[in-house]
Amino acid sequence: MGVGHIKVGTASSRFAAWIASGFILVAIFLPFVAGRSLLQDLFFIFSMLVLTQWWNLLAGYGGLVSVGQQAFVGIGAYAMFGSVILGNVDPVVSILIAGFAAFVLSVPTAFLAFRLHGAYFAIGTWVIAEVMRLGVAQWKAVGGGTGTSLPRSATRDMWFVDGISVLFDVKTSAARDILAYWLSLFLMVTTIAVIYWFLRTRRGLALFAVRDNSQAAQSVGINDFISKLIVYFMAAFGTGLAGGLIYLQKARISPDSAFSVLDWTAYVIFIVVIGGIGTLEGPIVGVLVFFLLQSLLSDFGSWYLMTLGVIGIAVMLFAPKGLWGLFTERTGMELFPTRRQLVIPEKET
Amino acid sequence: MIWLETLIQGILLGGLYALFAAGLSLVFGIMRLVNLAHGDLIVVGAYMILIIVSILGINPFVATFIAAPGMFALGWLLQRFVLNRTLGDDILPPLLVTFGLSIALQNALLEGFSADSQRINAGALETASIPVGSLSIGIMPLLTFATAILVIFGLNQIIFRTALGRAFRATSDDPITASLMGIRPSSVFAIVTGLAMLVAIIAALYLGMRASFDPSIGPVRLIYAFEAVIIGGLGSLWGTLLGGIIIGVAQTFGAAINPEWQILAGHLAFLAVLLLRPRGLLPRAVD
Amino acid sequence: MSLLSIQSLDAFYGDFQALFAVNVALNHGETVAIIGANGAGKTTLLRSIAGVLKNAHGSISHNGEAIGALSADAVLARGIAMVPEGRKLFSSLTVEENLLIGAYAQRSEPEWTLEKIYDLFPVLAEKRHDASTMLSGGQQQMVAIGRALMSNPDVLLCDEISLGLAPVIVKKIYSEFPKIKSAGASVIVVEQDITQAVTVADTVYCMMEGGVTLSGKPSDLTKDQIHRAYFGVGVDE
Ligand SMILES: Nc1ncnc2c1ncn2[C@@H]1O[C@H](COP(=O)(O)OP(=O)(O)O)[C@@H](O)[C@H]1O
Ligand SMILES: [Mg+2]
Repeated sequence: MGVGHIKVGTASSRFAAWIASGFILVAIFLPFVAGRSLLQDLFFIFSMLVLTQWWNLLAGYGGLVSVGQQAFVGIGAYAMFGSVILGNVDPVVSILIAGFAAFVLSVPTAFLAFRLHGAYFAIGTWVIAEVMRLGVAQWKAVGGGTGTSLPRSATRDMWFVDGISVLFDVKTSAARDILAYWLSLFLMVTTIAVIYWFLRTRRGLALFAVRDNSQAAQSVGINDFISKLIVYFMAAFGTGLAGGLIYLQKARISPDSAFSVLDWTAYVIFIVVIGGIGTLEGPIVGVLVFFLLQSLLSDFGSWYLMTLGVIGIAVMLFAPKGLWGLFTERTGMELFPTRRQLVIPEKET
Repeated sequence: MIWLETLIQGILLGGLYALFAAGLSLVFGIMRLVNLAHGDLIVVGAYMILIIVSILGINPFVATFIAAPGMFALGWLLQRFVLNRTLGDDILPPLLVTFGLSIALQNALLEGFSADSQRINAGALETASIPVGSLSIGIMPLLTFATAILVIFGLNQIIFRTALGRAFRATSDDPITASLMGIRPSSVFAIVTGLAMLVAIIAALYLGMRASFDPSIGPVRLIYAFEAVIIGGLGSLWGTLLGGIIIGVAQTFGAAINPEWQILAGHLAFLAVLLLRPRGLLPRAVD
Repeated sequence: MSLLSIQSLDAFYGDFQALFAVNVALNHGETVAIIGANGAGKTTLLRSIAGVLKNAHGSISHNGEAIGALSADAVLARGIAMVPEGRKLFSSLTVEENLLIGAYAQRSEPEWTLEKIYDLFPVLAEKRHDASTMLSGGQQQMVAIGRALMSNPDVLLCDEISLGLAPVIVKKIYSEFPKIKSAGASVIVVEQDITQAVTVADTVYCMMEGGVTLSGKPSDLTKDQIHRAYFGVGVDE
């Protein structure tokens, strides 16, 4: 090779690939040794990680700062409840329905939201989520404004639960937790893989080009509108899946909780900001920090949330690239390199 | 006749929303800064008035005057030391910082005042009304609406008739060239946010007198306020009043059909306007 | 002592160095012309003086005091005003408001008032209440000059006044310079057009690629010298 070649991987990324494979293997077999509360904690971490990765893709890569992702959590959750309660669909299958419902709804919302830019987009998505919350509250069959629970029969007869119950020799409620844990692990891993893959496609690279230098990108004719639209739809689908899964685990729903801007958007934003926006690693770091803060401080209620708000402000002002950004600045390490590096081979002597 | 009454109620309610929105509109119009904590700052103002009223045992209108300098200072400091650092081409920092501020303020209030709902006592004013033809119109909504008009008129006088207002507009157009005129954009912005907080304390007075409030209601007021600002168009305060009226009228008509539809109708009206006129009805500035 | 003295000024945009050890002096009552091709660093020099770009504090001094690191408002307060490249009028302000904003940081006893600006450029009086965007290019340039004068500067920095204007208009505007100078301002004009600058200047500096390549009285400089300093090659080459 005379002129050099484009390289994406780095030594640390190959190392990270090994670590990740090891982690996934351990995680798969974890239920054989781990207790129920650990699995529940991990379920929380994995499902939050799914939400944060999608929001990060929207805002950190696509520049689409949405304050309305709770719309898709809520729609996913309600689609799941609706199909279980009204359609007698198996809850595991209904998670897929949750994703599709969110995707379907994201088409008309995109039509509205994509007419807006910047701050207008942020407020617009929030209002759309509010409209959905208020609309769903009118849906009496799933409990209207007060909400409802998943029927016991549906969760008892859920696919795989019997098998897991026999395999692990546990009660069905514990078996349900194991199933939910595995589903969240699967969803989390595929989410990161899909986003990683997307960012390395031509459409994904257009986002980088526009994000890093909008003028130059325009001057060479890169149009990122389609990329942004794809990102929006993917994020809606993924967020809807997560919403369905989270509410399968909760087994109880109400419009206020399923469309909560605090739980499904504010926390998500803090996690991404604290970890480092615009990187795949940032949300992972952020979710771990968030979980730690929550375990340590959540007994303090409002003090905890106040601290979270102040930390968010401080990070944005003084370390806008987040904890992961600080780390890479020091070490130059990237685990999921998405940027191309031009490698020019040294002259042979 | 019932429809006429609903319409009048809606218009007057729009005055309240315009009060919520005027400060936001000012800040948004001049610095393109989206302050997601604006609703919570209004709630902070309501608690300030409440405390002053309960300690000094005075009329809430007088208490508002006493609280006003403190609110101005709060806005000034907030802009000078926090928000100015977030301004730039990227909209993410201001959004995230004010979002964090919103969460922090809500929970600080929760810690200080508990989740109990509170109300500022306005005495006989609360229920007084005057008959107009066969209708009877509440004094409080009328007063709110008149205040909104006065506030917007006053702000426009400042913006379009004073040297300070010229500096606002010049800095909004082009901060670098403004600095060549001897204007310090960071100080101008601090004054703008201080002014916005003066309007916020007036909004807080009516918020607290007209209905009960608690630490968590800020974000909902913020949404109404933003809807009013966006419907009205960037940089136009009369547009903001018009936006408030549209939201107010949509809400009262929605509620007249079915009480559960009140809020939904307001949001739908907002989305409809956005769909037809994404830049708002009376846009002044080009974004 | 010079009114304004720039010594070994280096200026940067991030990592990119735009000026290299520039030396320029402006004396009381003098007009200095700075000429150079597009990208030579002329605007950067003026922005550095005006405080839009901050520099090593000692590299620029005004009346013997260092001002290199002052912010733009502090520089203006000292009496140094700029007519920026491309005029940069405030589009939300009327013509008169644009002029008035120049007096925002008014120092005592104004030399220049609205009336005097209207005397200087009578056409502006008719358009005083129009939006600044409604004016022709030449009229806009008059507003930009008037706006800078309203701060009663003792140093006036003019960046490419002739840009995009018809030669007769340029001539008309330059013909008012004696009045501006007699009101007490010393002037630095930046131009790409050599002939125009040379006719008004007491001293000419020629810039190329971020450095001063030639300076002197216009009468002492030959056409070939200027050509070399401006383009880097002589007339005949
Ligand atoms: N804002 C900026 N950021 C980065 N580089 C700049 C900026 N402005 C000017 N430059 C560069 O600095 C050099 C000098 O520019 P400038 O001072 O505008 O030249 P002139 O006014 O003589 O045409 C040029 O190479 C230009 O590309
Ligand atoms: Mg230039």
